[in-house]
Amino acid sequence: MAAIFQGAGAAAALSSSPSNSIDSKKFLFSPRRPYSGMKGASFVVVRSDGRASLDLNPKGRRAQQLIANAVATKAGSSAASSSSKPGHELLLFEALQEGLEEEMERDPCVCVMGEDVGHYGGSYKVTKGLATKFGDLRVLDTPIAENSFTGMGIGAAMTGLRPVVEGMNMGFLLLAFNQISNNCGMLHYTSGGQFTIPIVIRGPGGVGRQLGAEHSQRLESYFQSIPGIQMVACSTPYNAKGLMKAAIRSENPVILFEHVLLYNLKERIPDEEYICNLEEAEMVRPGEHVTILTYSRMRYHVMQAAKTLVNKGYDPEVIDIRSLKPFDLYTIGNSVKKTHRVLIVEECMRTGGIGASLTAAITENFHDYLDAPVMCLSSQDVPTPYAGTLEEWTVVQPAQIVTAVEQLCQ
Amino acid sequence: MSTAFSAAKFTSPPFPLRSHDKPLFDPLKIPNATSPFLGSTRKIRRSSSTKLNLHRRSGTVVAVSDVVKEKKSKSTSSLLITKEEGLELYEDMVLGRAFEDMCAQMYYRGKMFGFVHLYNGQEAVSTGFIKLLKQQDSVVSTYRDHVHALSKGVPARAVMSELFGKTTGCCRGQGGSMHMFSSEHNLLGGFAFIGEGIPVATGAAFTSKYKREVLKEADCDHVTLAFFGDGTCNNGQFFECLNMAALWKLPIVFVVENNLWAIGMSHLRATSDPQIYKKGPAFGMPGIHVDGMDVLKVREVAKEAIARARRGEGPTLVECETYRFRGHSLADPDELRDPAEKAHYAARDPITALKKYLIENSLASEAELKAIDKKIDEVVEDAVEFADESPLPSRSQLLENVFADPKGFGIGPDGRYRCEDPKFTEGTAHV
Repeated sequence: MAAIFQGAGAAAALSSSPSNSIDSKKFLFSPRRPYSGMKGASFVVVRSDGRASLDLNPKGRRAQQLIANAVATKAGSSAASSSSKPGHELLLFEALQEGLEEEMERDPCVCVMGEDVGHYGGSYKVTKGLATKFGDLRVLDTPIAENSFTGMGIGAAMTGLRPVVEGMNMGFLLLAFNQISNNCGMLHYTSGGQFTIPIVIRGPGGVGRQLGAEHSQRLESYFQSIPGIQMVACSTPYNAKGLMKAAIRSENPVILFEHVLLYNLKERIPDEEYICNLEEAEMVRPGEHVTILTYSRMRYHVMQAAKTLVNKGYDPEVIDIRSLKPFDLYTIGNSVKKTHRVLIVEECMRTGGIGASLTAAITENFHDYLDAPVMCLSSQDVPTPYAGTLEEWTVVQPAQIVTAVEQLCQ
Repeated sequence: MSTAFSAAKFTSPPFPLRSHDKPLFDPLKIPNATSPFLGSTRKIRRSSSTKLNLHRRSGTVVAVSDVVKEKKSKSTSSLLITKEEGLELYEDMVLGRAFEDMCAQMYYRGKMFGFVHLYNGQEAVSTGFIKLLKQQDSVVSTYRDHVHALSKGVPARAVMSELFGKTTGCCRGQGGSMHMFSSEHNLLGGFAFIGEGIPVATGAAFTSKYKREVLKEADCDHVTLAFFGDGTCNNGQFFECLNMAALWKLPIVFVVENNLWAIGMSHLRATSDPQIYKKGPAFGMPGIHVDGMDVLKVREVAKEAIARARRGEGPTLVECETYRFRGHSLADPDELRDPAEKAHYAARDPITALKKYLIENSLASEAELKAIDKKIDEVVEDAVEFADESPLPSRSQLLENVFADPKGFGIGPDGRYRCEDPKFTEGTAHV
């Protein structure tokens, strides 16, 4: 049964680059298994390259308005809603909160646990107002015991709840490494599939403004080897909300990485319900000359560098990989096959970071398509210093990105 | 090597027994419940615990054994258990013992590998507690989990197969000795790292409370039992969970199987204050000590602790003084422990003790008990046979169960989800 949708006005706002063309008249209906526990409204899953599929509730086959603004935009402008409804503007932390609140309304088993998530509203205000609305048990203020309350979340997930565990700062989750590695990732397998762990572990990480070494950690590199978990990093209000919702609905344990400096990003997001696919990368800016892979805060450094590059006559293709584990080899591969040059820009440490894994994955899978070695710009293997100047030099800056692209494209 | 710690002090405290009309123990407020709780509560108040001389081992020990004797002598008709219950307890303990003995045999014959930790000698704790549970109640254990699994109702066949690493094992052969899980019987593991199961147990108890208060399932009174040892009681997760459980009055019972040894580390050498039950009141919950070699005493304490949890009054910390007759694991030569200590506890074998009780109180005859022994032998033999004949996991099982939703393997270069690749069902794909 095929469904055909008209995205009114959507096509006009989309890029016209051939690799990314969307025929507004023809959308594939992929009869994917509806999300478990889904009640009521149907919604649209928008894939990063603009292909949309409709996830239908078997009960209500109401077609939803197509949301197409997750798609490529030309350099600079953030994704603007181009469907007929104007949407609403909000900040990234509000988008996370909105996503969380919607999921909590939708499924009473969704609950939040963490330090200061309840009465305080969350140290970054992501859970503001939720405790008043849902009560102290559903938005649980925990004592400062990361390992134990993460383990508690896992035990709750095994017995039927869907907890969202907040690490006040991602770095604090180092204390929960025992539970995250041993139990979160592995219990589904070790129990022979008997117990699912639909937990979401989220929190802000990354280098902030002079927060010091311990508050500036990038845990994605430490967690990436844990089998059985998925990791995603949000970077815009749109994908923050979408990923939050998708993570909560997923039956797998998902670690959602937010960034301390991105919480106040503003964007207009759709009024309609939507989720983002957990395993997909996001095409930020299609191009021809070089593929730049990035995620989280570095996306913005890359886009800044992209402006300069465009002025210098380069045409970079920017992809926000979003899914740190597993990598979306399709989107990435298509891009590599087109441009033949890859630059990875990340905030992770040089050694053993996401970039290192990504380099390996690209070399393994797309070696034949590369005209130059994969270049990876990461943070230096240095504990983040407090001094502002020093801190600046540990992370990748736009100027370095420009230089790297110039070097690659020689 | 002699230890200052003498087991005898725990079973015959010198202070007078508390009377039965003492109210239910609660260290935080003046208790006014009327049900008699078999435990010495008068002295376990927060203020007094600081005054206790740490070297005086007799402190505030539960005088369960003496109370039991007293009860018995008052009227011979008021026994602690009925015949039915007695036989059930006996059978469960014999099953645990016979199963573990068979495990040792099978291990030395090369049928099972890795680390296998046997429960011989501690059966009274598992049977005493778990036989009081409903199916929906949860149990969380450690690596010494075979007998907890059996007591909870996991079939001996499933446990033995799991130990042999066969697909018919309770975890499809993927868990092994230290990771027994059963969603049907609500056995939430089986954990290799000590202490890491306690938060999971706390989570299960949290779900129970959540179901009652948020999801409004008014009759949800599921209780969780967390079993762990003396070594774990020095671990951070233990303390963190005692705090949270008491804070939110979670329906959980923390059962310490204090067998005095953490591999080769004596409890006394590792713990500043070896009286573990005292740590309960520090967090606002009752701390009870019980003779873990006597299944009836354990059962009486367990009844009250579980009932407390079911009523929504919160957690209890129960320290069971017990002993493992074998080494820490089958790889442990067990050379450190004093033979006199071992002999002392061997004389208090819980199965022998229960047998004696049943016969002396005419609850069962020698013949009936022998019949149970025989039946259990057959069950265990059958389990071994079943496990032997079961198939080993095939390659196709390798990648199943890594993710509940296999989309988690990601999207491959060809645009399809990797799990759609037939190599995944064959188990030959690389992840």
